[in-house]
Amino acid sequence: MRKLPLLNAETRPFWTGGEVGELRMHRCDDCRRYFHPPAPVCRDCTSLKVGPVPVSGRGRVLTFTINRQAWTPELADPYVVAIVELEEQEGLRFLSNIVNCPAEAVAMGMPVSVVFERVEDVWIPLFERATS
Amino acid sequence: MTGARFLEKNVAIVGIGQSEVGRPSSRSAMQLTVDAALEAIADAGLQPKDIDGVCSWPGDNSNGSSFSPVGPLAVLSMFGLDCNWFSGGYEAAGPLAGVMNGAMAIASGMANNVLVFRTITESSNRTSGSKDQSLAAKSGPRDGNFMWQWCTPFNVLSVVNITAMYAAAHMDKYGTTPEQLAQIALNARRNALLNPKAVMRKPMTMDDYFNSKMISTPLRMFDCDVHCDASTAIVLTRRDRARDLRNPPVRIEAIGAAMNQPYLWDQVDLTANATADAGNAMWARTDFKPSDVDTAQLYDGFSILTMMWLEGLGLCPRGGSGAFVEGGGRIALDGALPLNTNGGQLSGGRTHGMGYVHEACTQLWGRGGDRQIRDPRVAVCASGGGPLAGSLLLVKD
Repeated sequence: MRKLPLLNAETRPFWTGGEVGELRMHRCDDCRRYFHPPAPVCRDCTSLKVGPVPVSGRGRVLTFTINRQAWTPELADPYVVAIVELEEQEGLRFLSNIVNCPAEAVAMGMPVSVVFERVEDVWIPLFERATS
Repeated sequence: MTGARFLEKNVAIVGIGQSEVGRPSSRSAMQLTVDAALEAIADAGLQPKDIDGVCSWPGDNSNGSSFSPVGPLAVLSMFGLDCNWFSGGYEAAGPLAGVMNGAMAIASGMANNVLVFRTITESSNRTSGSKDQSLAAKSGPRDGNFMWQWCTPFNVLSVVNITAMYAAAHMDKYGTTPEQLAQIALNARRNALLNPKAVMRKPMTMDDYFNSKMISTPLRMFDCDVHCDASTAIVLTRRDRARDLRNPPVRIEAIGAAMNQPYLWDQVDLTANATADAGNAMWARTDFKPSDVDTAQLYDGFSILTMMWLEGLGLCPRGGSGAFVEGGGRIALDGALPLNTNGGQLSGGRTHGMGYVHEACTQLWGRGGDRQIRDPRVAVCASGGGPLAGSLLLVKD
């Protein structure tokens, strides 16, 4: 059970790319910098020529925490919240969960790759330990 | 030489007031607010009708939410004030923004005597089971909030998860230890034992700290502040008039309200947040230096945030807060930098921001009773976490 985001013109590509197996991040066509969260303007150069592009989905755990507080009855088991930095660009990062491994196995700097969890019309980008 | 340029110096705090700090309180949010406001106005030596400006951060937040159930409009209406200026709203430099806005209103001539207050009723909300306490719970089935939409889909329903990641990053980068982090909580509890209004009044040992429930690694329950019902108020006045009032004026020497990062908790500097933005901006507006500070009242919604404030305000080197608080002596009441002398929010109660200003003035005016520190003249207050940060340098004239 996850609370779902409200999709709009800017955020829909991020939340639905998983339908075709793509993690999509916003990038500026002018300065070529990626940025997050998606917005209609580039944070670096103020260009309006911005839009979503597919990225590798690979990154590393910048920092993480194991949540042990049962905020709701469904969240009784410990789960890992992390900030993942994508390999495309230093500072390109977002908050997510590390899944498919014991919480105790997660480490700072651990290489991860994206997996998607579909809930209704949203494909939530989560991460698991990278295999290679 | 900074006086003519930075006009907050023309403003002084002249009175403080605070309701009971209940967990919960049986008094209504309005009653708590009236209690605090009348005490602050009387403390200044003024009458309610002298108040011509009212402000609060965050003001009436989502129609009666326990996070901020009373706003400036309710207060100016209740007291029948003739207001020349009023203001409330969340989007500002953290919980001290009411003081900043009030000071700017006076400095610009919009008002002469401004009541700044903050009311919070998170305790009675929890015991009544109405469950409106979480900001994350407010935006309906789908989250479109600018910040929370990037958190709640990942089951981040409280900023404790995010501040825990800041703490983990600080430990990873600088070697900060859980024992050092614990000193923030232990110091708060020691001071709370000397504060009759503090919520938590049982001694805490290092073992107690480590035995407290892990909420989100590495943060334990005792790293998180304790909810309460309370209202805190201060009165600001033009400094040239302040001298005729009851208390020695406490001058607003400098305001730090800079924000050089996006308002997104995963996009900020993970080990400093916006504390240095505010700190650097504040020190650029004054000839005082960090070494002039006699006491620090720093946000402790979570212990790690206090550590970041110590660094961001230049009270210790970047990354050095762990060593700075090691053993707890330096930050104790008789130490070089007495910190959160009323127990902070960790043990005093989550009055949320304004409590730090109330305590700074209490100490500067020598009213600290058993917890009074020796002869302070300069206090720094700071509030906020993540991308929200604001600070005030207060000097007794």
